[in-house]
Amino acid sequence: MQANDWIGRHSVLAPVGPEAERIHGLWTFMWIVCAVLFVIVLGTLLLSLNRRATGDTRRATLVVSGCVAATAVILGVFLTYNFSVAHVLTDTPRGALEIRIVGHQWWWEVIYPSGVPQNQVTTANEMVVPVGQPILTRLESADVIHSFWPPNLMGKRDLIPRETNERIFTADTAGVYRSQCAEFCGYQHAKMTLLVVAVSPDSFVRWLDHARSAANEPSDSLASRGKELFLTSACVMCHTIGGTIAGSRTGPVLTHFGSRASIAAGTMANTRANLESWIVDPQRHKPGTLMPGATISRADVAAIAAYLESLK
Amino acid sequence: MSRPLLLSVALLLVASACEREKRRFDDPAGAPPRDSLRLTELEPGKVTRPESSAVVYEENASAVSEGKRLFSAYNCTGCHASGGGSIGPALMDDQWRYGSSAANIYATISQGRPNGMPAFGAKVPPKEIWELAAFVRSLSGLLDKSVASGRDDHMQRKSQEQATKPAKPRGGQAKPPGG
Repeated sequence: MQANDWIGRHSVLAPVGPEAERIHGLWTFMWIVCAVLFVIVLGTLLLSLNRRATGDTRRATLVVSGCVAATAVILGVFLTYNFSVAHVLTDTPRGALEIRIVGHQWWWEVIYPSGVPQNQVTTANEMVVPVGQPILTRLESADVIHSFWPPNLMGKRDLIPRETNERIFTADTAGVYRSQCAEFCGYQHAKMTLLVVAVSPDSFVRWLDHARSAANEPSDSLASRGKELFLTSACVMCHTIGGTIAGSRTGPVLTHFGSRASIAAGTMANTRANLESWIVDPQRHKPGTLMPGATISRADVAAIAAYLESLK
Repeated sequence: MSRPLLLSVALLLVASACEREKRRFDDPAGAPPRDSLRLTELEPGKVTRPESSAVVYEENASAVSEGKRLFSAYNCTGCHASGGGSIGPALMDDQWRYGSSAANIYATISQGRPNGMPAFGAKVPPKEIWELAAFVRSLSGLLDKSVASGRDDHMQRKSQEQATKPAKPRGGQAKPPGG
């Protein structure tokens, strides 16, 4: 995945699935109707500035009653259309793929549940989904209220502590769709991006299979040194790398970190230089983030970054 | 009251609260110097109290609350429960084997202690150890009530807000045995 793939057309006006298209249709209908009404009302107002009052109260009453009736009818139409769209959005189609999203300050934990425990996949800040299949997202929060909002795919749905909210979306076209946290959740609410990556069903199956595997063994000496450093310093206090002794769940899972597009939920593109800078001083890039700075040498940081980038 | 007087009183109140509520993302104190740590008050001549750089953490509500978050994130609760102790000693009582000053608690966390306290010095950065030390002191009611962290939903014997000890932060070191 290229570094800039995630800066796509992040807009409600570019729907990519049936749910988003329904919302888009409703919005367009209301916009057109309201625009026409605006022109009519404004036009009438301008016309009336030129006229003198005629004193014909019967005609005035008729016109006003007619307008009130028309308003009621238009609002009724809006209401009906609105309810029908809401009904579709909360429907649970069969064959939906379940994905759990747990919001943290300020990153997203994405879990693909499975009846077989070793097949469960936990990743962070990126959600890979198959094209064309409805995705049932189960939204939970580990601390405060967040909100999941990929505008190309669906409307906002809050992640509320001690509640599980659900929302369906479907991606009909392959691509990378950016989602933004839409409920103020603290200092770094703005830097909390979850990328929804829609791929072909075959690619998805292959990805899921690979995601279930343990982290790659380091292939060169620098990455080996990086692994050794990772497992003996502060990193293990918060991070998990599958297949190693690092198993803490305070921070994001790093098992396949090398194949992610961004660092720290969309703060920076995932390149070696950015990663080194991040590890040394996260507070410089995302002040207030819960990851503390590291007091380790430049060479050690380079080794750890090499190891993490090798975890594809 | 005259207007300038009112204004200065208001400014003074605001200024005193600012430090308490300030959030620090850097580490102003660093690790404490080794020779400032003492485990006992017994010493010949006048007892001197070393300067503690921990004040910047102890009088800061955000630091205590961060310490509380780290207390469960780093699994201190695994041995100390919520301060009542299980396989590790209670942290909300008056008994301090290795000293109750922030610098003492810093050393305990960083160096580890016999019979089970691991050494976290290489794993937890100094700023976070200070925050944990401030929180541990708050569990015994040693900190000012105004920096108390939020109350939990689970059972607890006493929170910092219910502390009956004196309100000012105490720098006390371990009591000698028998007195």
